[in-house]
Amino acid sequence: MSSIAQYLLNGLMQGTIYGLVAIGFTIFFGVMNVIKFSHGDVLTFGAFGGLVATWLSIALGLPIWLELGLVILVAVAASAAIGALIARSLVLPLKDAPPLNMLLMTMMVGTAIRECIRLFFPNGTNPQKFPELLPSGGAEMSGVYLRYDGLILIVSGIAFIFAIQWIINRTRLGLAIRAVAEDGETARTMGINFTLTVAIAFAIGSMTAGFGGALFGLYYSEINYGMGLILAVIGFSAAIIGGLGNIWGAIIGGYLFAGLQTAVVATLPSLSDYKNVVAFIIVIALITWRPTGLLAERGSERV
Amino acid sequence: MQGGIFRIWGLAVSGLAIMALANAGDASAKEKVKIAFVGPLTGSNSQHGIGGRNSAELAVKLKNADPATKYEYELVALDDECKPNVGVQVVTKIASDNSIVAVVPHYCSAVAIATVDIFHRFKLPMVVWAAVLPDITYAKKVPEIHRVSGILIGQNRVGAQFMKERGYKTFVSFADSTDFGKSMNKYFTEFTKENSNEILGTFAVPPDQQDVSAELTKIKELKPQVIYFGGLTPLGARVRTQMEKLGITAQFEGNSGIMGDAFISAVGPELAEGTLNFWDCPPISKMPGGQFFSENYAKAGYTQPPEAFGPFAFVATNLIMEEIEKVGPDRAKLTQALGDIKNRPSIVGPITFDEYGQNITPLTTKYVVQDGKWAVWEDSEYATGKRKLKNLP
Repeated sequence: MSSIAQYLLNGLMQGTIYGLVAIGFTIFFGVMNVIKFSHGDVLTFGAFGGLVATWLSIALGLPIWLELGLVILVAVAASAAIGALIARSLVLPLKDAPPLNMLLMTMMVGTAIRECIRLFFPNGTNPQKFPELLPSGGAEMSGVYLRYDGLILIVSGIAFIFAIQWIINRTRLGLAIRAVAEDGETARTMGINFTLTVAIAFAIGSMTAGFGGALFGLYYSEINYGMGLILAVIGFSAAIIGGLGNIWGAIIGGYLFAGLQTAVVATLPSLSDYKNVVAFIIVIALITWRPTGLLAERGSERV
Repeated sequence: MQGGIFRIWGLAVSGLAIMALANAGDASAKEKVKIAFVGPLTGSNSQHGIGGRNSAELAVKLKNADPATKYEYELVALDDECKPNVGVQVVTKIASDNSIVAVVPHYCSAVAIATVDIFHRFKLPMVVWAAVLPDITYAKKVPEIHRVSGILIGQNRVGAQFMKERGYKTFVSFADSTDFGKSMNKYFTEFTKENSNEILGTFAVPPDQQDVSAELTKIKELKPQVIYFGGLTPLGARVRTQMEKLGITAQFEGNSGIMGDAFISAVGPELAEGTLNFWDCPPISKMPGGQFFSENYAKAGYTQPPEAFGPFAFVATNLIMEEIEKVGPDRAKLTQALGDIKNRPSIVGPITFDEYGQNITPLTTKYVVQDGKWAVWEDSEYATGKRKLKNLP
């Protein structure tokens, strides 16, 4: 029983990161019908931004809580900035191009970001040690080891997801984003600045990746230039399972994927090397069963 | 008339002097011979690759400084990124370049095993400086293949015996899923069972997997006394770090793949404390030529340490140059000459290649991390009983 609780905790942490990545995919698709494959690399960009912030904090002698705040702020801001830039300079000009061109373009942008980190970041090819800024250690409760940093990160990750959901559904900005997602032309005639709204939507979607990147670094104490690749594939799969265009679907997909990976290791430890293979096979089966995802996008509601 | 004779003599003497100077010039310009070094110069194992490259370069510098050598050596260092596909491309490129006479290749076993056939196809002699997978030399007899580093069979045999002597009985094996990790697990399993100890579970994950918490949760459930790790530093550091984060208190036993300063700096000295390791090499300070190597390495001004396999890269490069001095820069002759090496003194001890090109001088040494450094077990406070390993029965 205690082991099940431990697996659940591990799965929750992984699922939160996957869910954060998946939300970005779902926002981009909801607003512009774009599958932005550079999303994983935007996450990496944010994580490296966070790392630079820790160096800066150490140089300035900032207290650890301020350092933590700065790491998250810089990671989120860096991702948001590059996400908005991609939207403004590449996605919008190509919005009438064939979908395949858009897909190819986002993949190439992702490769460019990844290679720039590898080539221009100091020792960018090597894994980078991410400082431990959260309380280390934990407590054993009924055989379950509760890591303080893990708990803080799960709670903050879920809180961030709710914040994004609130922005999209409860604010005027969110209303504008949803209007653009529904019908860009009509939204324009209603006085909504289409270009600005799309850029902001991409910034918000990318913020989730930046936050995910910071969480990743703080939890695993290590980041590397290629970490976004597999996270993007898993995040995209999670968004598809949940139903592309539906935020709650993306979150459910993220936790489901993490649950599948964990279940493989828990039930068949000798197949731990194949956990991604098994998880992706189940994803294929789920997509075949429900092509529009578990929570299909409703006609009247996008994003 | 006399003036004419003087002029002729003068011209003759000048001509002779010019010829003599020209000859003297030829004598001082030695023929240039190229040797290649291949290792992970970028990527997560690059600390080892750079340490090996520096050590090979040091061997070349020292050799070139010796006026008695017949040739001037040039080291061409190339990056295999510890990836088999990259290694195959790099070695093919080197093999196609006839100006390169021999190679000092590979830190990663997965890369070395992939390039064996290329060396054979191009008849290019090589001396492996670090990769420890037995199959590199022993899968088949390939005359071009030689290796100065030990193979992983010895370290696992000694390790299993050592753990039994300490009284440990239950183990879990955690290896990476490459040929290297599989081989580590194979020999660990074989020798652990030979010593009548029990393996509660075996786990294999890709070397780039970030999250190993699911596997470690299962391991925690199995309650082993020891977690054996068969892989390289980046994954080893993740396993050790995440063990701590899940509250797993098992003794951590490593292998040659995590030997070096990089593991200790990646996990931190406190977490690394007490980590055991078995490796086919004594510490530099205990090597016959350790002091010579360390002094010259420091003098050369390298900022990165030679890491665990640096001395072997130095020895491999030296062996190649010594044989070139004898037989000349000819791939076929050099292959033959390297294969004949028996009881050759080197900084790590005498080198003897068996019929497969494997150095068979036993050098297996037991290590434990003490105060942020790898200490020889016999010299450590753990051996005297002042400090204790984890989970000792």
